[in-house]
Amino acid sequence: MLFTSYGFIGFLIIVFAIYYLLPGRFQWQFLLLASYVFYFIADPRYLIFIAITSATTFLAAKKISDKKKSFDVWFKEHKKEYEKEERKSLKAKEHAAEKKIFLACLLFNLGILAVTKYTNFTIANINSLLSTFGRADGISFVQLIIPMGISFYTFQSMGYLIDVFNGKHEAQDNLFKFALFVSFFPQLVQGPISRYSDLSATLYEEHRFDWRTVSFGLERILWGFFKKLVIADRILVAVKAIIEDTNTYNGFYAFAGAMFYALELYADFTGGIDITIGVAETMGIKVTENFIRPYFSKNIKEYWNRWHITMGTWFTDYIFYPISASQFMMKLSKKSRAKLGNNLGKRVPVYLSSFIVWFTTGIWHGASWNFIVWGLGNFVVIMISQELEPFYRWFHSKVHVAGTFGWRLFQVVRTTLIMSSLRMFDCYRDVPLTFKMFGSIFSKSSLSQLKIDAFIEMGLTECDYLVVFIGMLVLVAVSLVQRTGSVRGKIATLKAPVRFVIWYGLFMVTLIFGAYGIGYSASQFIYNQF
Amino acid sequence: MYKKIIIVILIIAICLSGLGLATKLLEPKYMSGILEGAMIQEYYDDPTDHNVVFIGDCELYENISPVYLWENFGINSYIRGSAQQLIWQSYYLAEETIKTEKPDIIVFNVLSMKYNEPQNEAYNRMTLDGMKWSKSKVDSINASMTDDEKFIEYLFPILRYHSRWSDLNSDDFKYLFHRDKVSFNGYYMRVDVKAAEDVPEGRPLPDYQFGDNSYYYLEKLTQLCKENDVELILVKAPTLYPYWYDEWDEQISEFAKENNLTYINFLEAQDEIGIDWSTDTYDGGLHLNLAGAEKLSQYFGTILSEEYNVPDRRDEKALNEYWTTVINRYNDEIARQEKNLELYGSVHEPEN
Amino acid sequence: MEQLLEILGDLHPEVDFATAKDLVTGGILDSFDIVSLISEINEEFDVTIGAAELTPENFASAETIYALIKAKLDDED
Repeated sequence: MLFTSYGFIGFLIIVFAIYYLLPGRFQWQFLLLASYVFYFIADPRYLIFIAITSATTFLAAKKISDKKKSFDVWFKEHKKEYEKEERKSLKAKEHAAEKKIFLACLLFNLGILAVTKYTNFTIANINSLLSTFGRADGISFVQLIIPMGISFYTFQSMGYLIDVFNGKHEAQDNLFKFALFVSFFPQLVQGPISRYSDLSATLYEEHRFDWRTVSFGLERILWGFFKKLVIADRILVAVKAIIEDTNTYNGFYAFAGAMFYALELYADFTGGIDITIGVAETMGIKVTENFIRPYFSKNIKEYWNRWHITMGTWFTDYIFYPISASQFMMKLSKKSRAKLGNNLGKRVPVYLSSFIVWFTTGIWHGASWNFIVWGLGNFVVIMISQELEPFYRWFHSKVHVAGTFGWRLFQVVRTTLIMSSLRMFDCYRDVPLTFKMFGSIFSKSSLSQLKIDAFIEMGLTECDYLVVFIGMLVLVAVSLVQRTGSVRGKIATLKAPVRFVIWYGLFMVTLIFGAYGIGYSASQFIYNQF
Repeated sequence: MYKKIIIVILIIAICLSGLGLATKLLEPKYMSGILEGAMIQEYYDDPTDHNVVFIGDCELYENISPVYLWENFGINSYIRGSAQQLIWQSYYLAEETIKTEKPDIIVFNVLSMKYNEPQNEAYNRMTLDGMKWSKSKVDSINASMTDDEKFIEYLFPILRYHSRWSDLNSDDFKYLFHRDKVSFNGYYMRVDVKAAEDVPEGRPLPDYQFGDNSYYYLEKLTQLCKENDVELILVKAPTLYPYWYDEWDEQISEFAKENNLTYINFLEAQDEIGIDWSTDTYDGGLHLNLAGAEKLSQYFGTILSEEYNVPDRRDEKALNEYWTTVINRYNDEIARQEKNLELYGSVHEPEN
Repeated sequence: MEQLLEILGDLHPEVDFATAKDLVTGGILDSFDIVSLISEINEEFDVTIGAAELTPENFASAETIYALIKAKLDDED
């Protein structure tokens, strides 16, 4: 069920109504039911996958948590009986026992993810490898279903498992409560990847109908729909046209396509997250923010702290840190320092961990080389900016531009341009084509290539571009206001008629200017002779 | 407390009227160019005790002139026609008509038997949007929707027509709350001539059998008329194209015989009617023009009044007054089209 | 403590680590810095800090980092 479907809106209305009609203690149980219904509507077979992940993770975490507790109790009573060394080995033994359960569960669930998502990608690569050795007969592809949101709920469950294993918090005692944490329906389609400690704070509570909470939630949903329907789905027409016809649209148009895509992705992704967070908020549940005005970032590292935040922190906490703090890396660090000198040597482990993280980030986004190259592209850019830091320090000591508006603007534009260039891997069919198109921006762009008609031929009218442009200005304005606090909070302090005009206006604008329905395509309503 | 309730009611009222106004503004008006979309809803404005109601596609609403039937036979009739009206749409229009009034005769044009499935969203809209809400309309929508249509978009037309914001023109504002009449008791008039030459034989079809769904509704229509004591007459208009196959004709004849209905194939009566394909069509044989329609009306009117004893009601004062207004509009329209033909070579005014 | 401040100072000469209290949430130390830091600490103090301990709370200020090291040095219990 797409967020922007009548079905989803109908589903929401029913869920909201029942949720607030039910006695509070049944609310979370109802949410679990609603989430499974949501999944069932998408495809009944998906239920098996999410149920298995929920059950195995629940059991493993519970076992680990129980073992920890009983060991701690036992250890407290008996520790005086043992010497220091013995105590250490007892602890190590316990840790190893827990680790077995932990690893079994972790590998099992990541295994499901790997098999469903990456089997055919692996087969394709093996086949192309075989064919370079002259073997034409490849392995045939297998028909696998990829459960909706599997990357998100698997990561969310594994984050929970790791946290329990590390003793950050205790395991959830109730299987159904845990199942709700994994399957909470607003998050299923596109995240964010919540942490158990964050989401569980409000997920199971009783929530009485509170006008302010509900209206704030609905406002957030409406804002999400505005972004998705009015801006993203409209400019998507041009994006598609550009990436599908690379013979016509190269050079400057490839650049325009990258810019349009930056806008489309931002409006679509953040709009979707707005709907997710808004839906949860309407029910009194707090979901972690996933974006903080990412296009205002001054460098790539900052960008990744502000774009798809829950994914970034997941990779940092559960992949980057464990790898870079591992024994192996510590040893590698010592070795490389001895061989390469302190300055260069200490970077080796950091960069190696970083490389692994970006490789996995890439492949997590999708089973294709495009995403892998995209991930590694990010790695390269971050390494370069890391290495350039001394140069920037030197530059700023000579030229005093740091902190000025012009310099900040330059940084923001530079970051956006770099990220948009990398994202071209998202768009084009394969890696070589992406490079070709990126190259064409520099080799083929010229003023004579630029024709207004070409933009119209992409399927959008002047009016559409105007709507997109105005929509973009609204986005920028809202982001600017947001820097000093919640925009909805600020609007809430205005006089009632003004508030009414703003929200009703946004509703009507979305309703009328949204690019949805069969009427959208102008060619639909053409009459012939009858 | 009272104040609060009043405010809430006021807000709801403002919201709904805003939505209503936007819907009115954005829905197509069909007041110039494609007039066919406005015809279905015109029916509701007029007096209803018709003796004959024609239900069907362009083979009725461009080929029969109720004004002529009135002037020459005193027959009070109406055409509930719309472009590419599918048989289930005709059925539900008949159902609605019988609920509103009880005509003596319903005339159905059988060409639409050839469509067994929903066809085209735009045509659906032109037939369905104009209907008043009733169970018949709901059923008709459900029977007509193509794959990408949604019922909710009929319920709230703004969900369908919101994209017209960039096509709004002066007509949309002018006809925000009212419409002009575009038809003459359902008749769509054209006075221009484009002779029919070399109308091709129909290409052979893989299968001439009408679909089950078509038959289902034809039977339903027959049943409906029988139950309500309405005479159902099946006709095939005399126009040459779309091609009417002999195999189709046989099936309809067969059906009529089995169900004891009259079936008139006007194609076979072309000579008696006196249609001259060099003067009586405006688009090369697809539809009749005014001259052709009046000839067919003369022929069919005679049958209706002589064989079916449809009464001459020209002595009814109220009806006479109503028809006088229609006749005046009719004559004005003839004059307008003829003037345009003379000035611009087309019945339409040139754009700008 | 002196050693620690020295290590921190090498990472970001422009920051006064003796007083700063929001190293992570304030965006002074990013994940790269933290990783370099634990390898430096490993080198200097011969203390292994695990991934689970890399939390914003533990790295909020020089004092909290020092407390972490001290706890490790004093051994577990």
